[in-house]
Amino acid sequence: MTVARQDFLVDLRAVRFAYGEREILRGIDLSVRRGQVVAIMGGSGCGKTTLLRLIGGQLRASAGQVVVDGADLAGLSRAALYGLRRRMGMLFQFGALFTDMSVFDNVAFPLREHTDLPPELVRALVLMKLNAVGLRGAEALSPAELSGGMARRVALARAIALDPMLIMYDEPFAGLDPISLGVIGQLIRRLNDALGASSIMVTHDIHESLEIVDYVYFVSDGRIVARGTPDEIRASDDPFVHQFVHAEADGPVPFHYPAPSLAASLLGEVGA
Amino acid sequence: MSGVIGFLRRVGSRTVDMVWRLGFATRFFGLVLLYSGQSFRRLHLTIREIYFAGVLSLLIILVSGLFVGMVLGLQGYETLQRFGSSDALGVLVALSLTRELGPVVAGLLFASRAGSAITAEIGLMKVTEQLKAMDMMAVSPIARVVAPRFWGGVVSMPLLAALFTAMGILGGWLIGVVFIGVDDGAFWSQMQAAVDFRYDVMNGVIKSIVFGVAVSLIAVFEGYDCTPTAEGVSRAITRTVVSSALAILALDFVLTSFMFRGQS
Ligand SMILES: Nc1ncnc2c1ncn2[C@@H]1O[C@H](COP(=O)(O)OP(=O)(O)OP(=O)(O)O)[C@@H](O)[C@H]1O
Ligand SMILES: [Mg+2]
Repeated sequence: MTVARQDFLVDLRAVRFAYGEREILRGIDLSVRRGQVVAIMGGSGCGKTTLLRLIGGQLRASAGQVVVDGADLAGLSRAALYGLRRRMGMLFQFGALFTDMSVFDNVAFPLREHTDLPPELVRALVLMKLNAVGLRGAEALSPAELSGGMARRVALARAIALDPMLIMYDEPFAGLDPISLGVIGQLIRRLNDALGASSIMVTHDIHESLEIVDYVYFVSDGRIVARGTPDEIRASDDPFVHQFVHAEADGPVPFHYPAPSLAASLLGEVGA
Repeated sequence: MSGVIGFLRRVGSRTVDMVWRLGFATRFFGLVLLYSGQSFRRLHLTIREIYFAGVLSLLIILVSGLFVGMVLGLQGYETLQRFGSSDALGVLVALSLTRELGPVVAGLLFASRAGSAITAEIGLMKVTEQLKAMDMMAVSPIARVVAPRFWGGVVSMPLLAALFTAMGILGGWLIGVVFIGVDDGAFWSQMQAAVDFRYDVMNGVIKSIVFGVAVSLIAVFEGYDCTPTAEGVSRAITRTVVSSALAILALDFVLTSFMFRGQS
């Protein structure tokens, strides 16, 4: 299947990234077709959040290209980057709600910053978004009064306040009960289709996400190790995918951060 | 030998770090000024920060001003009456306050009350990724968060110093005239005759503006630059208070040496 480049909203080509000396991403090729919901999966600490930051332009790739809506982020001025970001929504892993504002003001923030809508219209829009995540009744609460899962749902409402063309979700399902999990999963799919947007979702919840996404990437050790549509993933006999789908501790994905053996550490042999 | 090399290395890396930070702070200051236009257009943001920095420091400033003035009244009377010139108490109290104690002590109090709060607030916003989230929403955190707090501090500080001075003079009067019995008319008229508006009062005001800029800049910079952890924020707050105090005292010496060279 050949697809023209302009069909891709997001296109990463051989992207590398390092924090100081530590190389986190070593050549990532990843693309998101317009209208698709794409999931990125991988072990904890493998660089998924970093990947979203690169797409949002908050980090610069040390090599390779990050192209969003036809623009190479490396060559963008700050103003152009901000212009692009107005059409992106990002749900942060820990919500990142503004603690000095109420739930309502948090969701209204992007609307007030970027539009001149009259207050009644802002109010109507905010209540609609809050309703979509099931928290219309919580509009007057402050972020400190929310549970972790509620805060993430408010953050979700804020991320979609401006009806973005690209929505990035960093672990939207973490801290949700099974009911909200299903509802939020469906919401992500419906929003994507209703807005004509594209979505990238970082998640560990493989079973929930296989229900709603169009394509899945598996990241490990700084590379894409497996990819495919949900059906291909389910049918895959790739050991990596198998380990993930069946939640096995042993397999290609290491559970441990690189370290000397536990026995060696306990015996104090490190560096001795 | 290796000890010496290690020492030199540490000194070297400390120095390089400091130069980096200084450069970064200068660039940061430039950015704050650049983005100030945006925050002036939305004045309510700055007014809110004037409330937080200014109104909330009001109580401590007023109370401290009163006490400093009362102490000046007691000490000043004690010394002046030895030379039989206790009528000049008003002059002594007013000059010490307008020229030095008003701006300096108010500045120190402002740094520990408002400056530390600004650093803590910005630092915590950084820890909880609020600044990153804002940046991701195409809203510059420097324009939206930093610049209003900076200008809030810059506007509040001279007003607080003026209130501190006024309360201090009131405290000196209370002790000198009401309790000790210095002549009321002499207290005020000598003060009026001896205190020059441009030379004494305005120079004090200039000092308080300079201190306001310094403290506000240090406070917002330390918050914005902190290591995003609980420990990093607490260290940043300490640094704000310590650096502000040093900056105020050093700047005070420099300004004083330019302003007051014993002409009058
Ligand atoms: N600011 C930073 N400075 C240095 N190293 C960092 C920084 N942020 C993350 N890292 C490192 O980069 C690696 C990838 O981090 P990232 O947050 O992208 O992981 P992740 O895949 O999102 O993990 P998780 O699923 O736990 O959220 C981690 O090993 C982490 O140690
Ligand atoms: Mg992450």
